[in-house]
Amino acid sequence: MRGSAIVGVAVAAAFLPACVAKTPPAKAPPIRINDDPYPSTYSRYSGAPTIIRNVTIFDGEGGQIDNGSVVFADGAIVATGDASLAVPAGAITIDGTGKFVTPGIIDVHSHLGDYPSPGTEGNSDGNEATGASRPEVWAEHSVWPQDPGFSRALANGGVTALQILPGSANLFGGRGVVLKNVPARTSQGMKFPGAPYGLKMACGENPKRVYGNKGGPGTRMGNVAVTRATWLKAQEYDRKWDKYDKSGGDMPGRDLAMDTLRGVLDGKIFIHNHCYRADEMAIMIDMAKEFGYKISTFHHAVESYKVADLLAREGICSAMWADWYGFKMESYDGIKENIPLVDRAGACAIVHSDDANGIQRLNQEAAKALADGRRMGHNVTDAYAWKWLSYNPAKALGIADRVGSLKPGKMADLVLWNGNPFSTYTRPDKVWIDGAMMYDSANPRLRPVSDFELGQPGEGDVK
Amino acid sequence: MKRLLLAAALLCGSAPLAAQTIAITGGTVALGDGSDPIVGGTVVIQNGKIMGAGVGIPIPRGSEIVDARGKWVTPGIIGGFSRLGLSEVDLSADGTTDDRAPGGPFSAAIDVAPAVNPMNSTISVNRADGVTRAIVAPSTARSIFAGQGAMIDLGADRDPITSARHFQFVELGESGAATAGGSRASAHLLFRNALREAAELGRYTQRASSRAAPSEDPVVRDPNESRTTGPNAQRSDDVLLTRFDAAALVPVLQGRQYLLVHVEQANDILQAIALKRFYPQLKMVLVGVTEGWTVADRIAASGIPVIASAVNDLPSSFEQLAATQSNIGRMRAAGVKVAIGMIDDNDSRYIFNQRQYAGNLVALGKVPGATGVSWGEAMAMITSKPAEVIGMGARLGSLGRGRQGDVVIWSGDPLEMASEAQMVWIDGVRQPLESRQTKLRDRYQTLERNALPEAYRR
Repeated sequence: MRGSAIVGVAVAAAFLPACVAKTPPAKAPPIRINDDPYPSTYSRYSGAPTIIRNVTIFDGEGGQIDNGSVVFADGAIVATGDASLAVPAGAITIDGTGKFVTPGIIDVHSHLGDYPSPGTEGNSDGNEATGASRPEVWAEHSVWPQDPGFSRALANGGVTALQILPGSANLFGGRGVVLKNVPARTSQGMKFPGAPYGLKMACGENPKRVYGNKGGPGTRMGNVAVTRATWLKAQEYDRKWDKYDKSGGDMPGRDLAMDTLRGVLDGKIFIHNHCYRADEMAIMIDMAKEFGYKISTFHHAVESYKVADLLAREGICSAMWADWYGFKMESYDGIKENIPLVDRAGACAIVHSDDANGIQRLNQEAAKALADGRRMGHNVTDAYAWKWLSYNPAKALGIADRVGSLKPGKMADLVLWNGNPFSTYTRPDKVWIDGAMMYDSANPRLRPVSDFELGQPGEGDVK
Repeated sequence: MKRLLLAAALLCGSAPLAAQTIAITGGTVALGDGSDPIVGGTVVIQNGKIMGAGVGIPIPRGSEIVDARGKWVTPGIIGGFSRLGLSEVDLSADGTTDDRAPGGPFSAAIDVAPAVNPMNSTISVNRADGVTRAIVAPSTARSIFAGQGAMIDLGADRDPITSARHFQFVELGESGAATAGGSRASAHLLFRNALREAAELGRYTQRASSRAAPSEDPVVRDPNESRTTGPNAQRSDDVLLTRFDAAALVPVLQGRQYLLVHVEQANDILQAIALKRFYPQLKMVLVGVTEGWTVADRIAASGIPVIASAVNDLPSSFEQLAATQSNIGRMRAAGVKVAIGMIDDNDSRYIFNQRQYAGNLVALGKVPGATGVSWGEAMAMITSKPAEVIGMGARLGSLGRGRQGDVVIWSGDPLEMASEAQMVWIDGVRQPLESRQTKLRDRYQTLERNALPEAYRR
């Protein structure tokens, strides 16, 4: 849809007045606004047809194949199967004995690029903390593709796609962007083609702390009031534009903030709502119903375990840490069984990082949650738990039809691990994105080094 | 059931289970001294101390036998550098943080010991994950000197301090430069001036002690001692430090109190080593040391031990450009004594991550080009090494005979995230493993509506 039948606004402005002047009574036909003005320029790198054999496969949707084979070619998964799977003619064969293959990890919550390393003031671009409601900003306009953190997430973390979000200082923090973890000169060059946009919203402590002495809101009830008032404006804007899109006439004034909120009301932009406390999540769910939009995912969600039944009923994902707690009041009730309790209730559980270090160990974080769950009697398999790292985040981002599992036809984003990926002793051996090998632990030439790191101590080192 | 009983004991305010002779048998025993684990080993704890650990250890008559077959037994984990017990909630929770005092007049004289609260939920959460001791440092506020830190235990009792005023903590990298007014040069000058002021008081205390009985300890152990603050204590006019702060640096200058120096960049590391040459009596320990591998031979030659961050691999600041997870392995290979700490890494609450970090260093052994450490070395870096680098290795950190009875039984390999601490002893006293977190978990096991609200479930 996006990218087709687009007419630039500038073009519209050029001929509209003339048109109106000549035939005043006739309504001008509606002009389509380009809703993808910063389109993805990503294109996959080439990779040889490959078969990995004798490997343990977690397929990302809960399935496991022991002594399995996976075949990919032309950027896509061709087949998974057991040892009898035929070796395609001309394919490179990799022996996966003792190793595991999984879909690449997808992190729904990262600030790589907008809070990059080094974390100097000059690089700090994650929070447009100049107004509590800033839906008009887009994280992709902050993303610095030279953040060295992307390469660590790839080589140490096996992360193949990630959503970069604005920070949570604002009630409406702005749009997030989904990236392929493939280095590029521009953020457009990393953009996951066709991935829906996300809108970051925030509940609770952060907005009221940041704006309490800057004109407000200064309380949780103030947060909710300002958020609702903003949605009211968005509804009005949406009505105006719906009418124009249907019957044309004078083009209503455009408002970047409202464009984004309209995208949410129309179901095109996914809501990613930073929210810790159970009671606040319940309020945000009612707010979504009040204004007619859907929440994709509560982020951080440290109290999801208290309302896991509600989240299951509403079909909302929780993106969580394994064991973070107590660093502020709204995280005070964090428990180590949050992820398994959410999963056990039948709600969508995701392991997320929100951290340039944590993103390198999401598999280990999932291992913690898996073990804590089992001790509580939630006996799920290793292969099942991989859903928390690939399929569920893909679903939350609206890209599960293309990534998140090893189903034939999906993008060949996969990781060969040098052991069971739920072990502390395991690291990525090789990582492919769209079938191109982007990391090989045995080959120093297949280790991305950002511009920032050239000429610095440790350039090209193992990290 | 056991969990319920222990919870009840906690509720009634009773002391943890009393020390006795305990023989833990049949487990895979890691001594914590760097050696490989011993299958089918025995650990005996008597009168709060380790009586023996390994194979062929005699079991005293009347010992309580704990069957650890299929399990792992190790010394308790020691937080190599932390702010444990100084913060209940880090952000926007007035009154719950005590790691720094930006509004107060003192720096080096600050002593964290009175601020360590053993009832902080961070203590119970980390204890439940096998952390039994921690090095606790204050944070800097208005001076490069943060003050004096302690070794604490995580026992469920009211006495957390193992050793108070055990070390002074100073920032001499980026953070120190900022506090010193904006440059590293200023930080170094402030450091030298501070030691000059301490020397002035030190000379006075030496004169004072020469008149005292020979048995009297000439070391200023407590900045409140009147010898350095009384009416006869002389100072020059051009001083920057308060009298208490200058007095607190006397034992540092005399080499009777450890000096922990936070540096990350290679150049800052070398400058710290140079200070040690200038003041040879300093008992210096380097903290952080992200770029240590680039000057590992010179750290090794200096003999200065290190408490390092284990898995820093990002150039998160310009003083950490050369960051790599191989840092510790390379320093170790060069002969540096290294412990793992949580330097500026959620140091008030996630000390339990140290075992994950240690496991990650072992993982590097399978990564071509990386330098990891052996399992035994990794375990030592979170048990005996933190104790050794501050001179407490004879008392803490291993299962060597005579060490304090800090022992953990794990469900499996403690460096694997799937393993949990199942029994924890501190000073030979069996510890409860409950916390707010386990109680919340138990309350919300079911979300079905009961006869009464959740608030009545416990």
